[in-house]
Amino acid sequence: MADNLPSEFDVIVIGTGLPESIIAAACSRSGQRVLHVDSRSYYGGNWASFSFSGILSWLKEYQENSDIVNESPAWQEQILENEEAIALSRKDKTIQHVEVFCYASQDLHEDVEEAGALQKNHASVISGNPTEAAHSACLPSEDESLCSVICEVPREQTPSSDLETALEIHDVEVTGEKEKYYDNKTCVKSGSEEETSENVPTEEDTALQPKKNRITYSQIIREGRKFNIDLVSKLLYSRGLLIDLLIKSNVSRYAEFKNITRILAFREGRVEQVPCSRADVFNSKQLTMVEKRMLMKFLTFCMEYEKHPDQYKAYEEITFSEYLKTQKLTPSLQYFVLHSIAMTSEKASNTIEGLKATKNFLHCLGRYGNTPFLFPLYGQGELPQCFCRMCAVFGGIYCLRHSVQCLVVDKESRKCKAIIDQFGQRIISKHFLVEDSYFSENTCSHVQYRQISRSVLITDRSVLKTDSDQQISILTVPGEEPGTFAVRVIELCPSTMTCMKGTYLVHLTCTSSKTAREDLEPVVRKLFTPYTETEIENEEVEKPRLLWALYFNMRDSSDVSRNSYNDLPSNVYVCSGPDGGLGNDNAVKQAEILFQLICPNEDFCPPPPNPEDIIIDGDSLQPEASEFSVIPEANSETPKESTSLGNPEEDSR
Amino acid sequence: MHGRLKVKTSEEQAKAKRLEREQKLKLYQSATQTVFQKRQAGELDESVLELTSQILGANPDFATLWNCRREVLQQLEAQKSPEELAALVKTELGFLESCLRVNPKSYGTWHHRCWLLSRLPEPNWARELELCARFLEVDERNFHCWDYRRFVATQAAVPPAEELAFTDSLITRNFSNYSSWHYRSCLLPQLHPQPDSGSQGRLPEDVLLKELELVQNAFFTDPNDQSAWFYHRWLLGRADPQDALRCLHVSRDEACLTVSFSRPILVGSGTETLLLMVDESPLAVEWRTPDGRTRPSHVWLCDLPAASLNDQLPQHTFRVIWTAGDAQKECVLLKGRQEGWCRDSATDEQLFRCELSVEKSTVLQSELESCKELQELEPENKWCLLTIILLMRALDPLLYEKETLQYFQTLKAVDPMRAAYLDDLRSKFLVENSVLKMEYAEVRVLHLGHKDLTVLCHLEQLLLVTHLDLSHNRLRALPPALAALRCLEVLQANDNTIESLDGVANLPRLRELSLCNNRLQQPTVLQPLVSCPKLVLLHLQGNPLCQAVGASEHLAELLPSINSILT
Repeated sequence: MADNLPSEFDVIVIGTGLPESIIAAACSRSGQRVLHVDSRSYYGGNWASFSFSGILSWLKEYQENSDIVNESPAWQEQILENEEAIALSRKDKTIQHVEVFCYASQDLHEDVEEAGALQKNHASVISGNPTEAAHSACLPSEDESLCSVICEVPREQTPSSDLETALEIHDVEVTGEKEKYYDNKTCVKSGSEEETSENVPTEEDTALQPKKNRITYSQIIREGRKFNIDLVSKLLYSRGLLIDLLIKSNVSRYAEFKNITRILAFREGRVEQVPCSRADVFNSKQLTMVEKRMLMKFLTFCMEYEKHPDQYKAYEEITFSEYLKTQKLTPSLQYFVLHSIAMTSEKASNTIEGLKATKNFLHCLGRYGNTPFLFPLYGQGELPQCFCRMCAVFGGIYCLRHSVQCLVVDKESRKCKAIIDQFGQRIISKHFLVEDSYFSENTCSHVQYRQISRSVLITDRSVLKTDSDQQISILTVPGEEPGTFAVRVIELCPSTMTCMKGTYLVHLTCTSSKTAREDLEPVVRKLFTPYTETEIENEEVEKPRLLWALYFNMRDSSDVSRNSYNDLPSNVYVCSGPDGGLGNDNAVKQAEILFQLICPNEDFCPPPPNPEDIIIDGDSLQPEASEFSVIPEANSETPKESTSLGNPEEDSR
Repeated sequence: MHGRLKVKTSEEQAKAKRLEREQKLKLYQSATQTVFQKRQAGELDESVLELTSQILGANPDFATLWNCRREVLQQLEAQKSPEELAALVKTELGFLESCLRVNPKSYGTWHHRCWLLSRLPEPNWARELELCARFLEVDERNFHCWDYRRFVATQAAVPPAEELAFTDSLITRNFSNYSSWHYRSCLLPQLHPQPDSGSQGRLPEDVLLKELELVQNAFFTDPNDQSAWFYHRWLLGRADPQDALRCLHVSRDEACLTVSFSRPILVGSGTETLLLMVDESPLAVEWRTPDGRTRPSHVWLCDLPAASLNDQLPQHTFRVIWTAGDAQKECVLLKGRQEGWCRDSATDEQLFRCELSVEKSTVLQSELESCKELQELEPENKWCLLTIILLMRALDPLLYEKETLQYFQTLKAVDPMRAAYLDDLRSKFLVENSVLKMEYAEVRVLHLGHKDLTVLCHLEQLLLVTHLDLSHNRLRALPPALAALRCLEVLQANDNTIESLDGVANLPRLRELSLCNNRLQQPTVLQPLVSCPKLVLLHLQGNPLCQAVGASEHLAELLPSINSILT
């Protein structure tokens, strides 16, 4: 129960995103008493991953969220005369312009349900309120059939707010006409949902008829638990800060990873594989012998470019793309290096930045495989949870669905001294760490945000077919017009445990210039084709077919400086939400800096002691035991061939 | 403090570790002792299996214990029912696998698995192949596992095509893999057997071209990776030449017959047998080497009885049959002639075996072009330079002579560590070229002066040479093989750094020897000259030994038969 919470902590962390979770783990590891709360019902905030029904509920929450009217602030009575309060927001404004499209045939019956009772991210964990836990554990099934047809959620900022209805269904009628693909006029009001499903020819039992590769919407619903849909699409650089931290802190034991199997490029309307490792170059059929040598030679130079200033000093002032032209590289090699290896664009970087990025890419190559990236099995959302687990092992206390109403500031010292939670309990602490989405309008009135455009697609095949259908690919599609940004495409196969068999989960990410759909739809159109009945006959469709698509914009607060917030006491620290970059260095850097402020001179996440070195007191709780009581069981069905992080240099003894 | 763990200090840790170690050692030693005692007492039962598995499980490299296990298993084979044995084998295989996980490169473990599998009535080879694939997945260069895989593939009669596909997949992953390339070189000749070539035979052209493309991909990707270059050389390499008699020479004066062979052989009872037919009837002779030492040699000779050199007859035919080599050669000594011979010419391409050679010179030519292309991109790559030199040798040694020497110079500059090897290789090529030129000119005079030679080779090809000029080189010795030059009359070796004269012995016709400006220190190094009966003129000016007081007297005493010794 909430009033069972201790009334005093050293550090209170609000929000369970990656940086907050790392800091919570680090503080707990250093002996601080940590309370970690999140008003959401799941871990990770905008770093979370959802099952299919989970993402539908998430969409629904956003819809409901907008209806929430702030309750009468009972907490204000608790504020004493010598105190003032910083009210926290109960509304999450980080997600906008959510649009969902379903292309798979919707032969949906009332009784189609997600297999398996509990939803991973909704299982209430350590919430002090058992009734709430029970509530969330069994989401009513009618909820699911409702949200399955959703929806665009118009919000204040949505340009389409002039539409009459709040709910809009982008239900692509299965007519087989491409022209109707993005036609908003086919929208049907939510009330007609039942009719729609009646129109669809009913199958006797769709579950027993997988039919030749046809994935229906009901199959997606039924196998929804096979999906782990990330809100942010990131990868781990094999030698990035996060990998180092995972290894150093031994948190890596809570997660498993897979190597990205290939780097792709989109050039002249075709998807092709980028040879970047030695083995790729050797095997490449598209490069001539001389190209192979030139590419290897250039990449070898980039590995230690600092040692050869004579080769780049004269070009420091020009862009990296111009520099590449001066090197002995054919146009296709220049394209590969610029867009897929340095992952920059024509104008964005100068020579040094480009060389640095190339070096970083190559430096990460080969540590765990033939590409520089790792992907966590079950999705990026696992990572914050791993750190939370570490925090809990060292005594941190966790409360999901637990919101904080305000921070209490002592007028005299200008320091924050406590929080008041949703039950009105006052909890004292020395340090307060707040994820920035919890701040209210008042606090953030001067803050400017950037936006990230995101899209999540479920498709029926890979963008580049090869012998193996278990490929994990990253593809960079350069922005076409000036002012548009490069789109990063990450395609995940079922063996990453993020999507059901026979499908691929595709994440698109770019810096926003407009809404997510406006930014990303052109790229989606280039790479995919909407799923329609007639094309099933034609097995020779070149592009993968879209079964389902989601677009949304996410706020990027990563470069917001602390000074832009109004009146923050010095012991209130701000964590930003996810940034748009590919790696996680930003989150780790942020966590380490803030940790040093909270615990100066303490080691950041040192490795835990060996179990045999731990002296167990008679009266204190055994650490192993507390671990089980606090944290949900990790996913048990882990595929064999996954990478477990270890220091490979050490393993090779 | 809340949540703070109590952790042992490093001192306590060290102590705990030490105790644990001591405990382990005790267990290990007592188990070992028990095993040895039981073995001595002949108690080869299952308890020995249990004990040895405890030790081997931790340290699979204890070879004696594997032997113990084999003894036990052999014993149990006789005692147990087939079902019990099957269970035993199953456990043993599982145990072996766990040992391999401890040390995937344990000789003893892999060997034991071979032994066990070859004793099974119905071994499950498919599972073994799968095991190899798994271990090579972890470490694609584990040559122990490669060895075992070849054993399994042979036993299970896996089609070579499948194994070739397997090597493909591993080369695709990482081409820097000697084992995989080597396995290809074993599989390809099996897959494409060519008539008239042994297991080292050539490949059909289409296969060869495909392999060349593959290996070119490798060395264009990483020219510093040796494995690809070695495979490249194997692809272009030529099979060992057929055994042959290269030259047969009969001298009436010396009553001597000399033969040279395509490879060094050892003639004598229990080794190689040579048959000599004189005028079609066998003649028993004593064979010896030119330098008198009994060891494998290219050149063998024998004395002929006067009867077989009778000058009354119009001619004598001499035929030498090399039984093991399935080769023979015949020569005729005509009436009134001092000597007769028969030989293969060096101008025949077979004679100087090139490192590289294939049926079609177009293939070599195109390889040379791609290597030159690569060399332009990588001017300092030693493997590329060396391959270019070898390709040029194989294509046309005389045409490319000048270019080859330039490449040698570059190569020596980029690879100073191997300068001496390169000097020797260069010397060898220059000697070959000079021999070719001599034979084209159809003379018996060989000029090898001013060539910067560091070593003499192919001396067995020079059986008929009468005049040899070695002056102005970097030779440090006149090697024993020089004794093969049975017709040599004049030898000039001025201006070298010669210290020893082992080869200038038993040269029956040597008249004149010039050794000016060398490094002959002691008169005793001239000792071998005593055995040259016709030596009358010796030039020794500019050698340290001339500085000694009374040098000429000493020399005259040492070499009484030489008329004039110039010091």
